[in-house]
Amino acid sequence: MAIIIDENTNVVVQGISGKQGIFHTKQMLAYGTKVIAGTSPGKGGTIIEGVPVYDSVRAACEVHRIDASVIFIPAPFAKDAALEALEAGIKVVVVVTEHIPVHDEMAIVAYAKRVNAVVIGPNTFGIVSSGKCKIGIPPNQFFIPGSVGVVARSGTLTYEIVGNLTTQGIGQSTVVGMGGDRVVGLTFVDVLRMFEQDPETKVVVLIGEIGGNAEEEASQYIKDMTKPVVAYIAGKSAPPGKRMGHAGAIIERGNGTYEGKVNALTLAGARVVELPFEVPGIVQEILGKF
Amino acid sequence: MFEYMGKEIFAEFGLPVPKGRMVSNPDEATQVAREIGGSVVIKSQVLSGKRGKAGGIKFVDNPEGARAAAEELFGMTIQGLPVNILLVEEKLQIDQELYLSITIDAAAKKPVLIASSHGGMDIEDVAEEYIIKKYIDVELGMQGFIANDVVRRMGIALNTPQAKELVKIIVTLYKVFTQKDADLVEINPLVISGEKVIAADAKVTIDDEALYRQRDLPLVEDRTVVEQAAHELGLSFVELDGDIGVMANGAGITMGTLDTIVYYGGRPANFLDAGGGTGEEGTAKALELILSRNPKSIVINIFGGITRCDDVARAFASVKSKVGIPVPVVIRLVGTNQEAGRAILKEVGIEAYDFMQDAIKKAVELAK
Repeated sequence: MAIIIDENTNVVVQGISGKQGIFHTKQMLAYGTKVIAGTSPGKGGTIIEGVPVYDSVRAACEVHRIDASVIFIPAPFAKDAALEALEAGIKVVVVVTEHIPVHDEMAIVAYAKRVNAVVIGPNTFGIVSSGKCKIGIPPNQFFIPGSVGVVARSGTLTYEIVGNLTTQGIGQSTVVGMGGDRVVGLTFVDVLRMFEQDPETKVVVLIGEIGGNAEEEASQYIKDMTKPVVAYIAGKSAPPGKRMGHAGAIIERGNGTYEGKVNALTLAGARVVELPFEVPGIVQEILGKF
Repeated sequence: MFEYMGKEIFAEFGLPVPKGRMVSNPDEATQVAREIGGSVVIKSQVLSGKRGKAGGIKFVDNPEGARAAAEELFGMTIQGLPVNILLVEEKLQIDQELYLSITIDAAAKKPVLIASSHGGMDIEDVAEEYIIKKYIDVELGMQGFIANDVVRRMGIALNTPQAKELVKIIVTLYKVFTQKDADLVEINPLVISGEKVIAADAKVTIDDEALYRQRDLPLVEDRTVVEQAAHELGLSFVELDGDIGVMANGAGITMGTLDTIVYYGGRPANFLDAGGGTGEEGTAKALELILSRNPKSIVINIFGGITRCDDVARAFASVKSKVGIPVPVVIRLVGTNQEAGRAILKEVGIEAYDFMQDAIKKAVELAK
């Protein structure tokens, strides 16, 4: 078990002929992901990295059973690509692309909700069910199978924390990157609920950051969880009113502060660590009790 | 975007705005006041919500009064911002002040319309029972019935001419919001003046990510000079007030680096997310930006995934030998191609760290 994707997930790469598409198709195949098709309008019938290329997602779906899509398409065209995958009936769509206009993101998320599909991102590193399937861009070597579920808003911070877990021999069930933008497909609660129900996941690591109220909402659900949650919130030292890299990482009118998030999580029973490298020690301590 | 720019967009969509024009000197202000005739209002155009309280808005009765007021306002600074442009407008007869805005609710993942029969003040200060919130389904859009119901909830009788105007304004404002890729469109106050309803103010904020398809829009930069330079390089940079320069790859880990510096008693001089792939030129420019803040030490924190450690090391070594770096630099370098990267750094006399906490502790010590 794992959540959202596993060893049986068939993946189509949209934008497979671009530089990013080619590179990450190769990496995903090396990790063991079943990349069974790619799309690139006008390049249908060609083969890239051993993967058959089609002119459209519909064309690929006529030949293969496809469970998930990953999008390596520039921002101006990403909305069209995401809607194409959703309209073709694909239930998991990973949008790696960053800098997508927020109005396009709202349109993608609204349509996904209507067709009952999961959108991961936009502006995400993707999702990894360790040892089974990787969809997106994280470096392969940091993900080993285990019982820790990880959900995050930020990419490299996730590599830092997952890398430290792996170094200490602590593997992961699934690692989910929700995306750094203001409007993304998943919420912490969506993912926490899946981890709560996943038999393989014993502990959940939540990696949040300042801005918005996603962590506060997560706290409401954490109260009712049976599984322990370890949380790190980035941006304790960030000044108000400044966007810290991510579009969503900003303290506005006193909302989205570090203190507010930490208080909510602590009250809900989560173990909040102050610094990113403290996560493995706490996880180890909790796992030791099982 | 300045108020007058927002009003120009409103006018283009057919939203009612007061008669008037922007001016850049007292002569023009006098001229516009004469054209309008009667009493006028003169409003400083600065990106600050506190114009009124700061004395940046003046009411006068004739063109000569307009000249005197303009001369005074052009010499002012409001919250550190110099007044270079004024908006001269007809003075409205105000029967009631309303509030209307549309923005994006990240948690709901939808636009939200906020309206109030109590406008003219900061919406944060309006009592909860006078605030109407309506989430908009983007697939449905802004329909007439939605606007109707919002007006009903505002307590305005639907059989009045003002209510009809207001419904039209709500529908049109949503068009501005979507067609201009806005983060926020706000009218405060929206004034009922006799049978008319007029946007006495205009605040329009455009989504940065959509600027590529909104090229005709006027732009006002609110970044500092250094932040703007970084933006043009595709780097995300924020000036802070400490003395330890920071460079990392990724927003989250950069924030984590700042948090760790503060934890060990240091003060970061900047936030710099160099992003996924930074070549030699990018690294050189990034270091230049960091050095422009005159730090006492610099910490570079790279967890290479897509970013290759040897690329970062090569870029850094090259900048160091060509330009020279006048302050001590501590580098944490792990991940893809880390051995090759470390060998390159060794040649320029730098021993890379394995763990970010060790590197950061060292950088804090060096800054003292």
